Formats: sequence, structure tokens, C-alpha cells
Amino acid sequence: MDAPLRRQIRPALSYLRLSAIGKRHGAFQALRGVELSVAEGEFLCLLGPSGCGKTTLLRAIAGLDPPSEGRIEQAGRDITALPPAARDFGIVFQSYALFPNLTAAANITYGLRGGAWPRARRQARLEELLALVGLAEHAGKYPAQLSGGQQQRVAIARALAASPGLLLLDEPLAALDAVVRHRLRAEIRALQQRLRITTIMVTHDQEEALAVADRIAVMNQGRIEQLGSPEELYLRPATGFVAGFIGRASQFRAMVEAPGLLRLGGLSLRAAMDLPAGAAARGFIRPEDVLPDPQGMPARIRAIAFEGPVCRLQLALPELVLEAEWPPAAVAGLAPGAEIRIALPRVLAFADG
Amino acid sequence: MAEPVRPVLPADQKIMLAGLAVALVFLAAALVLPLGFLLVRAFQDAQGGFVGLANVAQYLSTPSLAASVVNSLWTAALVTLVVVPLAFTYAYALTRSCIPLRLLFRAVMLLPVLAPSLLPALSLVYLFGNQGFLRGALMGAPLQGPVGIVLAQCVACFPHAAMILAVALSAADARLFEAAASLRAGRWRILATVTLPGARGGLASAAVVVFTLVVTDFGIPKVIGGNFPVLATEVYKQVVGQQNFNMGAVVGLILLLPALAAYGFDRWANAAQESVFSGRAVPYTPRPRTGRDLPLFVFCCAIAGLLLAVVGMAVWGSFIQFWPWNLALTLDNYDFGRFDPAGWSSLGNSLVFAALTAGLGTGVIFLVAWLLERGPRLPALSGPLRFLAAVPLAVPGLVLGLAYILFFNAPWNPLGVMYGTLGILVLNSLVHFYTVCHLTAVTAIRQLDPEFESVSASLGVPVWVTFWRVTLPICLPAILEIAAYLFMSAMTTVSAVIFLYGPDTKPASVAVVHMDETGQVSAAAAMAVVLLGLNLAVKLAQLGLGAALGRGMQRWRRR
Repeated sequence: MDAPLRRQIRPALSYLRLSAIGKRHGAFQALRGVELSVAEGEFLCLLGPSGCGKTTLLRAIAGLDPPSEGRIEQAGRDITALPPAARDFGIVFQSYALFPNLTAAANITYGLRGGAWPRARRQARLEELLALVGLAEHAGKYPAQLSGGQQQRVAIARALAASPGLLLLDEPLAALDAVVRHRLRAEIRALQQRLRITTIMVTHDQEEALAVADRIAVMNQGRIEQLGSPEELYLRPATGFVAGFIGRASQFRAMVEAPGLLRLGGLSLRAAMDLPAGAAARGFIRPEDVLPDPQGMPARIRAIAFEGPVCRLQLALPELVLEAEWPPAAVAGLAPGAEIRIALPRVLAFADG
Repeated sequence: MAEPVRPVLPADQKIMLAGLAVALVFLAAALVLPLGFLLVRAFQDAQGGFVGLANVAQYLSTPSLAASVVNSLWTAALVTLVVVPLAFTYAYALTRSCIPLRLLFRAVMLLPVLAPSLLPALSLVYLFGNQGFLRGALMGAPLQGPVGIVLAQCVACFPHAAMILAVALSAADARLFEAAASLRAGRWRILATVTLPGARGGLASAAVVVFTLVVTDFGIPKVIGGNFPVLATEVYKQVVGQQNFNMGAVVGLILLLPALAAYGFDRWANAAQESVFSGRAVPYTPRPRTGRDLPLFVFCCAIAGLLLAVVGMAVWGSFIQFWPWNLALTLDNYDFGRFDPAGWSSLGNSLVFAALTAGLGTGVIFLVAWLLERGPRLPALSGPLRFLAAVPLAVPGLVLGLAYILFFNAPWNPLGVMYGTLGILVLNSLVHFYTVCHLTAVTAIRQLDPEFESVSASLGVPVWVTFWRVTLPICLPAILEIAAYLFMSAMTTVSAVIFLYGPDTKPASVAVVHMDETGQVSAAAAMAVVLLGLNLAVKLAQLGLGAALGRGMQRWRRR
């Protein structure tokens, strides 16, 4: 129900455009040839394992650590070399970096200073922001007196205070426990939808990225591996890295026997790929693509774990071990050690190495 | 290949960079140049000609001078061997047991730090000197000489070692003790496998600090050393007595060696210590146990009693008419004009000198630490600056003082106008006590979220606004501590300033040395007691202010 509601991304209207971004730390190449275009009002996630360059990229966009090379344009303006203060963005850090000796209200209005913000205007804006994040009754409290979720909302209000054109979020949910994290990511998404503010969020949590983003840029070793909607990334990963990083999958190594056909040991599998015969391949099978089929190949149940709506099964074939996700009803009567028959309708494969 | 990006540096960052450059120039001028000049002078003759190692050879072939090297080293080693185990036990009792009166024991432990190091030496003269009522306890051995030096140094160095060890022992992970106990380790096995390894860095630091203090201290051997030559008094004799600056420079260099070696050892011993306590450590809280607490309590009473007796003796002695013949109480010894031409004015000098050092020093040191931690990252600037900030700890005050006299006295030096003024005393002390204050400031600043400046930049707020509104208020307790430390150190320092004061700028700590030199022990004790009293007042003021600040901060610390 989510997918159709998402707006079509029109790259022609790109608000933020990154071209050929590179960043070196001495001999280490933190970013290489990053090309990215973000539409106005879009929610984009930078997703990847730690050390992939996602935070470096965010800090380059913010001007906190300018890139070594490349060009960044925001709303048609070249901002590549500009200091943060000359740019137009708000940022929320993983730690929130709230000033502990200032109240929530003073934190939120911290940047609203100078001639453009006379007292009355500042106060009006503060009340607007407090209402926006639902903290009106906590305005006078110090950060230590607020819960983790409330602290985050103060940090978001502070970042939004001067109505920036771009909101940057650096792992904003990583410091929270699982339950709060689920609630707050929905809040962040709802807020972003309400304000229609172009947002870039860094995360290492693929579930989080899938849940909130219009598009996701999966990063690895300083590059963008694939850029696309959550559905695209999950259903049509472009590389083995993306296939392994997004969603769950059983992985195995195999040889390409013929175009579209993988061979491992005595097993032949049809796979979606374009690798030439004889190439080494890495195969991926999603748990929901392991189906019970009386006409299928035999497999032995190694373990069954009940997880509420689904049961997670570990199935052993002579050549590989598979993970399967079946509704509990399909598992009724089965026990570890039992032999069943399965079909593998969808196998993903990419060049190995 | 894309074109390299040249980031535009905002105004606030440019100013911070300029500040870093100024700081580097300042430390280079106030530390590197004088020390470099000292190095050069050690290899020159009196006319400035290069003589290679001739001075060193001459030094080592003079029996009394060569003996001073050996004497300094073995007394320092002996004091270290005595003090570190005692201080460890005392600190252990304070942090890992449930003995009563722990706060009192902590306060008594700090007492000797507040007085010039000569004060315990003067007390020992009262107790064990030729007229001392306990002189029989030395069984005929003269107090003046190695006996007196070792005894006085033990008292003077004890607080430094105990403070370091108390800090090292206060950070303990209860989970390690529980793990050891659940593996059926006995008490002594736990001590050997958990407690001692956990305090290893602290033990090394304590040993290094004590050793360095003894080798480089000037006050105690001056008062109680008699004819026993040690390095610190030899420098003084060469420079002030014989005006032989080149030989003084050689001794200064030799004095620098053990300090540098000790410093290197400390860095090495503490290098592997970093990650002993993880963020998830559970603080250890001791539970009462008589078998451990009772002996420790007796031990602490004995040590605290000794410290109190030594300090108390000097206080009492300062009020006595004529030791030991007329024990009637009097204030005559406080009429300093009778003993020293400078009279009470030296105390005024000390107060101005200490206040200036504390005021200027705190500002400069905290600002530089902040620039280093939060300024633009430019390794070419911050690398050397960090190194220079760490160097003063390894440079004995006497060596720095000697370097200053040579450098600022040189006829070609335009900075020579500072010579003999209060300015040179302040500059010298600021540099001498730089490292400890720098580390305190860095520790305080590092506890702040590293992204404060990034947030400010994203909100278009210049860094100094955040410095003023956030960094400074949060770091106020540390700033107060730095100021008090600088003030108290300036009040009591002898070694760093003995070469540098002018006719109108003699500090009280030097007056103590002079009065003792002319045999006015009671007046010397009286002046030392006044310094102790003033420092005590400053320390109490700092604690009181710190507590008041703490209460204010509770508003935003507590839930």
C-alpha cells in the first residue's frame, strides 16, 4: 500500500546533484567517483556497512569535510567548496550533540540569532517548532531530563529551525533501543512527508532504509553500488554485494554451466543472470523463494525456529544449506530430521570475486 | 580526473588557525629557544667558542660533581622505593576499602602539596637537627645530608604518588572481581592478577613522578643537604656561586636526562593501558571486611599522623621564641623585616606573581587546548604544538630557569628587557606548569560531544559563540582547577624562579630559602607557613566554588 503512494522521482528536477565526488584521507580513498542526484522533496538513504563511506559522503554534502574532488550543486548553486555556514541545510547527528547546559528551547533557537531573528519572530518560530515535534510542555527542560526519543526530536527541531532546504540525518536512530527505533523512524518519515523537505539519511540498518526511503543508495568501499527504490534493490539487485546486503539470502558458490544455468556438485539450478558459461558465480536464494513442492528436490530439515507469523527453517541439501521462511501452517507436523521436497523458483547469481 | 576542490575557509576557522600559529610561536619562543640555547652553551667556553665535549669531560672528572650525579640517582631511587608502596597502600585504603574518615585522610594527604617542598625539610631540622628533641632516633647519624634529604623527600613526594594512585585505583571494573571470585581466586591472587595489573599505569606514573621530583627538587637539598652534593644544588653553585654558566648548562643537560628517561618510561608503561576499562564497566564498590579494613585504618592513621606531625612541627616551630631553649609562643618570627630586607613585600610579590600566572596561564592554556581539540585540523601545526605542550613535564624547573637566565640575559636578545621583571617569572612558571594544566583542559574538552562545532557551523553560528555559551560553562570546574593549580604551584615553586627574580620581584618561596641560608630557620618556617595558609585558603575556595558550580550544574545533569 506504500509503494503506489510514493511520488515518482523526476531526475530533471534534481535539487542536489553530486558529480565525480572523491575523497582521500592520505593514501586511503574514502569516496571514489560518486554520482548522485536527489530530487526536491525526496527521502534518500545512504546505506552500507561501516567504513563504506556513507558518513564521509554526508559530511561532504554538509561541507564539514569537503570532498577532495568533484562538484556538489544544491538548487542550482555550486556549493562544493563552501563552508557549512554558507550552505543551506540542517543536520542531526547520531549523538544528537544537544548542548547539555541549554534547555530544549534554547537548543532549538540556537541558530536563530542576529538581525533576521528579532525576539518576537524567534519566539513564534520556537512555538511552531515545538508544536511540530510535539514537545511544547518540555521546552524548559534540559536534554538530560528528556528521553532518548525526545532528545532526538529536539535535535530535529533545531536542525529545521531556520527552514533549511535540505535535512541531513547521520544514523539518527542508532543510539535508541529497538522499540523506540521503530516508532521514531515512522515519525521521521511522517515529518518529512508533511514538510516535503529533501532529506538524506545515513544508516547501516537495511530494514530501516527500506522502511523510510524513497530511494536508497547502497554504498560499498567508497562507491555507490546501486541506486534505486527499495523494491528495485530487493527484487533486482545489481551486484552480489547488494543482493547479500539487502534482505536475507542463502549464499553459495557455483559454476555457470550454460547461460541461465548454475552447477554446484550434482545440482543444476536455473538462475537469473547474464554470465558466460564457465564463469565462477555467487548465488543467492531468498528465504521466501524456497517453496515446498512435492515434485521438487529432496532436502532434510535441520532446524525449525518459530517466529510468530513465520517459521524459519534450515534445510540441508547435499550441496548447500538453505534458509526458508514458511507460514506455521506449512510446517505443522514437520520436525528436524524429516525429509521434504522443495522448489527454488528464483535464484540470483553474480560474478564471483 | 576531476579538479581538486579548494574548500573556502570561513572567518572563524581562519582566526582559529591564526590562534594555533600564535600558540606555536609562543611555545617555540618560551620553551624551544631557551632550551636550545642552554644546549648550545653546554658545548661552549666562557667566550662563546665551541669546545665540544670539553665541558662535559671536565664535569665528569671533577670528583664532587661526578659524585652529585650518583648521589641524585640513588637518593631518588631510594625515595621511590619507599614512597610508592606506602602511597599505594594508602590510596588502596582510600579507594578499595570501607575504613572510616576517608575524606579526612584524603585532605591530610594533600597537605604537603600546599606548602613549599622546604617545609618538611624545616620540620625535620626542628625534630632531628642538632637541636632537635628526637635527634637520638638517628643514632648519631647527622640529619644534614642523605638522611635528611631522603626523609624530607618522602614526605614531600608522598602526596603526588598517592594522588596518582588514588585516581588509578578509583577506576575499577567490578565485573573483573566477580569473574575472578567466581573462578575461585583467593584474595592475594585477585590482588596480583586484577588489582595490580589494573593499576600498572598508575604505579609507573607514580614511580616516575617521585623519581623526577627528587632528582630535580632544589629546596630540600638546599635546606637539609649539608655538604652532600646533588645535581640540583650543583647547578645553583655553578651558576650563582661561581658564575660558571657553561658548567651550569652541562649540569642542566645532565639533569634533563633522567627526567627525559623517566618520562619516556611513563609513556611506554601507559601506552598499553588505554583500553582496560570499557564503556560497559560496572564501578566497583567495596564492602566492609574487618580483616582488611582494620589494618588499613591503622596504617592510614599512622601515615596521616606522620604527615600532620611534620607539617604541624613547622607551624609550631614558627611560633616559638628560641628553639629548643625557650618554647614560649611568639609572633616575632612573622616580623619578616627583621630577617630579610624584603620583609613582607616578598609575599606581596608572590601573590601578584601567582595571581598573574593563574589568570594568564589558565586563559592561554585552556584556549590553546580548545584550539587544538576543536580547531581546524592542520597536522603541520597541531602536531608540533601537541608535542611542545607535553615537553614541559619532562623539563625540571631548575633547567628551565637556567635556560631562561641564559636566553633572556644574552646581550643580543631583545626580550632581555623582561629580565628581572615579574613578567619573566610569570612566563617561566606558565611554561613550567604547562603540561599538567594542558592535560586537564584536554580531558575536560574531550568529554564534550565532538559534533558541537559541526552543529554550530550547520546553524551558521561562529565557533566562539559556542565556545562562550557551551564549552566554557561546561568546562568551568576544570578551568577552576587549572587556575588553583597554577596559583598554588607559583606560590610554592623555588627551583623555577631562583635564577630569575630581580631585586624588586623576590617571591616568598625564595625568601624562605634565603632566610634558612642565613640561619633564620624559625623565620623561614614562618614564611613557609604563611604560604601554606594562603594555598589552603585558595584550595578551599576552589573546592567551595566548585561545589557551588556543581550544584548549579546538577540542574542540567540530573533528571
